[in-house]
Amino acid sequence: MFESLGDRLQGVFDSLRGRGRLTEVEVKAALREVRVALLEADVNLEVARDFTKRVQEKAIGSDTLMSLQPDQRVIAIVHDELVELLGGKAAQPNLKNEANVWMLLGLQGAGKTTTAGKLAYKYKSQGRRPLLIAADTQRPAAREQLRVLGRQIGVPVLEVEDGETPERTKARLGEYLRANYRDLVIVDTAGRLQIDEALMDAVADLKEALGPNETMLVIDAMTGQQSLPVAQAFDARVGISGLIMTKLDGDARGGAALSAKHVTGKPIYFAGMSEKIDGLEPFHPDRVAGRILGMGDVLTLIEKAKVLEGDDEDGPASLKDFTLQDMLTQMRKIKRMGSFTDILKMVPGASKMMPPGTEIDEGEIGRIEAIISSMTDKERRQPKLLNASRRKRIAAGSGTSVQDVNRLMKNYEQMKKLMKQFGRRPPRNLPGGRGLGR
Amino acid sequence: MAWFDRLRQGLGKTRDLLTTDVRDLGRAWEMEWDDLEFALIGADTGAKIAAEIVAEAKRERERGTSFRESLEKALLDQLEPNRMRQKLRRVGFNLDVSRNLVEVKGKVVMVVGVNGVGKTTTIAKLGQYYTERGQRVMFAAGDTFRAAATAQLEVWGGRLGIPTVSGPDGSDPGAVAFDAAHARRARGLDLLFVDTAGRLHTKHNLMEELKKVKRVITKADPDEPREVWLVLDAVTGQNGLAQAKKFHEAVGVTGVVVTKLDGTAKGGILLPIVRELELPIKFIGVGEKAEDLQPYDAAAYVRALLDMPETAAA
Repeated sequence: MFESLGDRLQGVFDSLRGRGRLTEVEVKAALREVRVALLEADVNLEVARDFTKRVQEKAIGSDTLMSLQPDQRVIAIVHDELVELLGGKAAQPNLKNEANVWMLLGLQGAGKTTTAGKLAYKYKSQGRRPLLIAADTQRPAAREQLRVLGRQIGVPVLEVEDGETPERTKARLGEYLRANYRDLVIVDTAGRLQIDEALMDAVADLKEALGPNETMLVIDAMTGQQSLPVAQAFDARVGISGLIMTKLDGDARGGAALSAKHVTGKPIYFAGMSEKIDGLEPFHPDRVAGRILGMGDVLTLIEKAKVLEGDDEDGPASLKDFTLQDMLTQMRKIKRMGSFTDILKMVPGASKMMPPGTEIDEGEIGRIEAIISSMTDKERRQPKLLNASRRKRIAAGSGTSVQDVNRLMKNYEQMKKLMKQFGRRPPRNLPGGRGLGR
Repeated sequence: MAWFDRLRQGLGKTRDLLTTDVRDLGRAWEMEWDDLEFALIGADTGAKIAAEIVAEAKRERERGTSFRESLEKALLDQLEPNRMRQKLRRVGFNLDVSRNLVEVKGKVVMVVGVNGVGKTTTIAKLGQYYTERGQRVMFAAGDTFRAAATAQLEVWGGRLGIPTVSGPDGSDPGAVAFDAAHARRARGLDLLFVDTAGRLHTKHNLMEELKKVKRVITKADPDEPREVWLVLDAVTGQNGLAQAKKFHEAVGVTGVVVTKLDGTAKGGILLPIVRELELPIKFIGVGEKAEDLQPYDAAAYVRALLDMPETAAA
């Protein structure tokens, strides 16, 4: 998501790296680059300028320049400031035991309706009883969209009728809640421009009537310089308590997140990470700052791996006996953590190693799986058995070609060699490890 | 923040401009070059293009042209997708003849873009635009992914009296496009607009699906679609260029439609798109009503860009 910004900044810092000491002029030059990088990432002008000024003050004002590794210190300062700019600690919306009302606001096409569905799904799976209110009477079929979403996730939808007053909506909601127990009401409103006085008044009235305990502004991650005035206007006219960034799974550099956060001072609760109904993730400022700087996102990776823990099938008896079956098991495990491309992005340094625009063919993994699955147990344990006729059979069985099978076998041999090398090196804290008996 | 105040002052002058007599422009309005650069970046043109415009305007200014005119010239220069015409413009030809009708090559227009830019709404407006000009139009509700997107286009089709070909939600968009292309040919209608589901340009599989929809249309109606229009939201920042590039690579974009220019967004990202990809802008959407979709005119756009009222913060 933030890769391009990360690459830019990385380049700036690489030029600083390894210097014994930095002059003030060098730091200033580097920070100018940082500012251009931020602007290219759609960070608002004012915010970018503010940011570099703060970093500069900290970097030059302290004894940073004289320290042992000044470049590392500068990077640390930029990292901390980024975290600060993105909102410090991760924050979640305020959720009471019952009678929660959350309202979603935003420009047209920011993704309010989809986000409403995702929120309802998320909290339903946590044991809440959500109710969706379709208050978008502007766009044709918007209410129908929410109705369909509600049906898919099994959440009831209360539809606001054309020309209904906020008081009437409130009364209808009260009526509904008296008959049905619901502890989280999510209100999807019509998209509106921040300068559209009439519509801004209308949504402010609706907020007044419903009295939500959270009012969230939904912002498209691809938004440019406008993110700042938009966030400002919504906060001033309606009042918001938090932000949700959508479409962060594209290659948008996400500067809008920084700007909106900066101008409103409100936390970013969630980030929309896919089109699917479960694609809404909590926003972690520190992790994202690390990702921007190319430091990887090990925490998220660990979290994902943790979910898979406890279902460990028998691993290879030893690294030396790495069989095709083991390869398949490992692969399936990794696959369950998400797409390969996503995982690689979280590994520190990996984003730098991959040329820009690299795409890993996720289908390749499926093919490998198919090929190994088409082998007999015996073949998986003793790959030497695979002669030409067996390979032909496997290719036919897995819907691939003999070349694909050959390629897989070559990769497997390489991996096995690698494993052997690892096995030979004695694990340091394990006296008598099998590596000793070489 | 002295620079910021200066910028605001400069923009204040932009506002005053609206009430100033056109002939006084040269004298009434002048801005620091640095401030101009910031203002352009603030309009999402990107740092590189902003610097180019400032350099070009400076050159023009030194020749004694008024500030406003220099700036207009520099902007128009950037907005000319055709290199030949750009040269002609530089030597002084005025090429901005207002066109009455945006001509569509061929009969089928595929409409593509990322999520939430307003593809379906734009198609409805395009339908009205061409219907009013005597063309017989048809819609294909090819967004079978988003819940109720098909219904949204059907509602519009009903209102405008435009036949709409659709399939059930979640069905193959290629099948809908194929049926529609067939139907258009069989009924001999003038134009078919094919809606597609919004997709992020980074999703490999979804872009492949888009390529397939295009291939399938060709199968039903050889040589079509002759036009593929990319819909772009005016609030989009620098990511807009990446969007345009990826869609262009995948399906060969022939024109761009910019929506939501009715806010304070200026759609400055158009400049690098026109500059780098040499794609023409076809329409701009300046409001919610159907007649708010207007044929794009570079000169008018530049004037609007310079005169648009500013919010205090920008």
